[in-house]
Formats: sequence, C-alpha cells, structure tokens
Amino acid sequence: MPKIPGQGLVKGLGVTFKTMLQPAVTVQYPKEREEPVGRARGVIALKEENCTACMLCARECPDWCIYIEGHKEKRPPRREGGKPRTVNALDRFDIDYALCMYCGICVEVCPFDALFWSPEFEYSEVRIADLLHDKDKLGEWMEGVPEPQPLEAGAVKKK
Amino acid sequence: MLAFELSFWQSTLLKTVVVLSVIPAAAVILGYVFLLKMMAHMQSRLGPMEPGGFHGWFQLIGDGIKFIQKEDIIPAEADRRVFAIAPVIVLVSTFLLYIVLPAGPDLVVQDLDVGIFYALAVSSLSVIGVLMAGWASANKYSLLGSLRAAGQLIAYELPLVLAVVGVVIQAGTMSLQGIVHAQADGEIFGVGLIGNPYLLTQALGFVIFVAASQAELTQTPFDMPVAESELVAGYMTEYSGFRFLFFFMAEFGTAFALSAIAATLYLGGWSVPFVEGNLANVLGPFVLGAKIMLVAFLIFWMRFTFPRFREDQLQAFAWKILIPLSLLNIVATGVLKVAF
Repeated sequence: MPKIPGQGLVKGLGVTFKTMLQPAVTVQYPKEREEPVGRARGVIALKEENCTACMLCARECPDWCIYIEGHKEKRPPRREGGKPRTVNALDRFDIDYALCMYCGICVEVCPFDALFWSPEFEYSEVRIADLLHDKDKLGEWMEGVPEPQPLEAGAVKKK
Repeated sequence: MLAFELSFWQSTLLKTVVVLSVIPAAAVILGYVFLLKMMAHMQSRLGPMEPGGFHGWFQLIGDGIKFIQKEDIIPAEADRRVFAIAPVIVLVSTFLLYIVLPAGPDLVVQDLDVGIFYALAVSSLSVIGVLMAGWASANKYSLLGSLRAAGQLIAYELPLVLAVVGVVIQAGTMSLQGIVHAQADGEIFGVGLIGNPYLLTQALGFVIFVAASQAELTQTPFDMPVAESELVAGYMTEYSGFRFLFFFMAEFGTAFALSAIAATLYLGGWSVPFVEGNLANVLGPFVLGAKIMLVAFLIFWMRFTFPRFREDQLQAFAWKILIPLSLLNIVATGVLKVAF
C-alpha cells in the first residue's frame, strides 16, 4: 500500500480518540481498591519459628534497619543420656520501615526461610517512629504470603 | 428586533458585563472540559476527581482563587512597568475579539462591516504583549520564547487571513452577521434546506484555518514559544500569580474566540434551520456554543495527539504548505464565484 502524506497523523488521532472512549486505567485508591498480585513486594514478613537469630539478615542489611536480640536456651537431648542441646531463642525482631529501602537482601540471605515478601502495603503511620514494627506485626503479614511456586520438572528437593 | 428598547448606556453596561463574564467562563469551560478532562481520558487517566465533589469541576476555579492570592513577583532586573502591563495587553486583545462575535440576530456587541478583518487585526495585537513580556522579563529564555512567538504568530497570521479570504469572496461580505446570513440563506444545488454551511465549499479553508489558529494559540504541535522542556514556558517564565492567570485566561479565551470565528465562518454560526426571529435570539447562543465546542474539540484533539514541531519545520509548514494551499483555495473560490 502506498504511503499517503499525513497517514500517520490521522492514525495518531485515531489512537487518542479510541483511548478517550475506553475506561481509564486509574484506580481511585481509597474509594476502590485493587488487590496487588500475590508475589508483590509490599512488606517483609517474618516466620518466627524458622528464625534462629543468626543475625545474617541484620548484618547484610545496607540500612541497618533490622534489630535482633536473642538468648541461649537449653533443650532436652535428642537421644537418651545425651548432652542437652543449646538453641538460640528469639526475643526481639524489629524492622524499622522508616529506614528500610525494600532491597530484599535480608530475604535473599536468610538461610532458614524465615523472611518473606508479603503483598500487604497498607501500613502507613502518622508518626515516623510508629514504623518500627515488632515480630508479632511481622508475623501477621505472613498470612498474605503465597505458597512457594512448585519446583521445576526434574528438580530434587533437599532433605 | 428585540421586543423592548434599551437606552445606550443600559445596553453598553449590559454588553460590558456579558463580555467580562463570558471570557473567564469560556476559559474555565474549555480548560476543564478539554485541558483537564479530555486530555486525561485520551491518556487513559481520570483527571481531577475530588475538588467540588463531582468529577473535580471546581479544580480550575480553585486554581484561579489560588493565583489571585499569590504574591505578585517582579524580578529585580525586569523593566517593571512594561513587565506589569504586558499580560494586560495580551488579555485585552482577547477581549477585543469578543466585540464582533455574533451569538444571535441581535446578540452582538457591535456588528462591524469589516468584522472579520477587525477580528484578525486585534487577534494579532497579542504578539506585542508577548514581545513586551519576553523583553521586560530580563531572562534569556523569556526573550527566546517571545521572539519565537513573534516569528510564529506573524508566519501563521498569513494562512489565517488567506483562508478567511475564501469565505469572504463566497459570502460577498466581511461582516460576521452578513456571513452567517449568507450561509443560512444559501442553497446547495437549489436546495435551501440546511442553508449552505461553508464547511462544504471551503473545506480546505477550514482545515487551514484550524491549523493556523492552532499555531496562533501557541498550542502543541506549535508550542515552541512556550516549550516547557526547552524554554521553561518561554515568555511566561517570570510571571506568577494573577499575571500568569491573565496569560492563561487569554490563551483559553482566544481559543474560544477563534473557535467561535471558525464556527461562524464555516459552520453557520448561530443559525440553525427553520428557526427565525426572536426564537433565534434565544437559541442562538446555545447553537453557537455547541458549534464552538465542536471546533474546540478538533483543536484540542490535535493538541493532545501530536508532538511538537521543530522550529524550521514550523516555518516550512506555514510558508511551503499552508500559504500555497490557501492561495490555491482563493483562486478556486474566485474562479467558481465568477463562473456561477
């Protein structure tokens, strides 16, 4: 088809006219709410029973926004007559979301799968100090975390 | 004729009040309907939704109130008097345009015999205001912008005038009322049902007129004088508060007036088939308003679709395309006028 001068101009007018007749993509947030996708990186959630207070996340954090305190506890031995086991118990796990830059390094480095991305995003506060959230709050956000995706075909799960 | 007589000062007062209130109203209506809402929907947005409760209708009025409250800043190096008066001159050229616009058989401030000639003459007065604003600002961007504006407005004045000449030849009069009557009484091949809107015979002239008035308004794709990415809004850089509001009102007031002229010249103005006498006086403003919105829709549709021209392309478009085409239009109109 030969090119007519001004063809592109008319085509452009058509695009804007068609867009005008279609509904806008804007979501009027406080009035209507769009569910974020399951793996959206809204906030970092903590699965407390997996945490060993190993401090890896706190040390890798570029902003130093993770506060961890723990203490040693004795647990009964695995076998009869054995030595009592020593474990780390978690006392405090706080993330200061006023400092956090959502890089996700803590989620990456956690060797025990205790930190997850949660799609929750409505946790703004009036006072900046209220953005320091403790482990109970971080645990509540675990609800929104989706199940991990199934392994690829042929992959073997480590025992 | 009107059923009652008004004394001179009564009618003058009435006309003054109407013109003074129509321009801000026109600026707000065009700004809200097209600049805020239509542009938003063309970009798949919603535009303002909160002010005033219903689809943000109060947004521009609130903006106006904000502008009036602001401090009147004049740069230290600026030429104070010229700087202060420039936006007024731009706005006055818009006010002068409204004098000849007919909204009904008797609804016109002053029906001049040289109506369209007068309208085109006063519309180019704004160039002086723009040049004054740019020069007095003592800012290199303002100066560049105003010189660009001067070059552009002068270049596009020509196709604007030449496009109108075709209509004047066909109607045989320069009075805007006369042109409306010529269209209303006209016939298409002996059928006088809808009159003869000159859009049919002067379609080329209409296209040239709309393109040239787009450039006169310094709207995209012809917005080099105010190119915000290169010139920081050109001659308006140093203006704030109500002086900026004057420029804004003048821009949209002129857009309304040029749309009204285009509607009068090519779409039959206030006339609508089968409506005569006093009823036309009542319906006229609404008919004209609808036609103005139609033309304004075309202008703003192009404004929100096309990217900015380059400066040389702008001049080439005026001198190499629009002016030869409008000369061709005049020749064709003249030959056909003599032949029939």
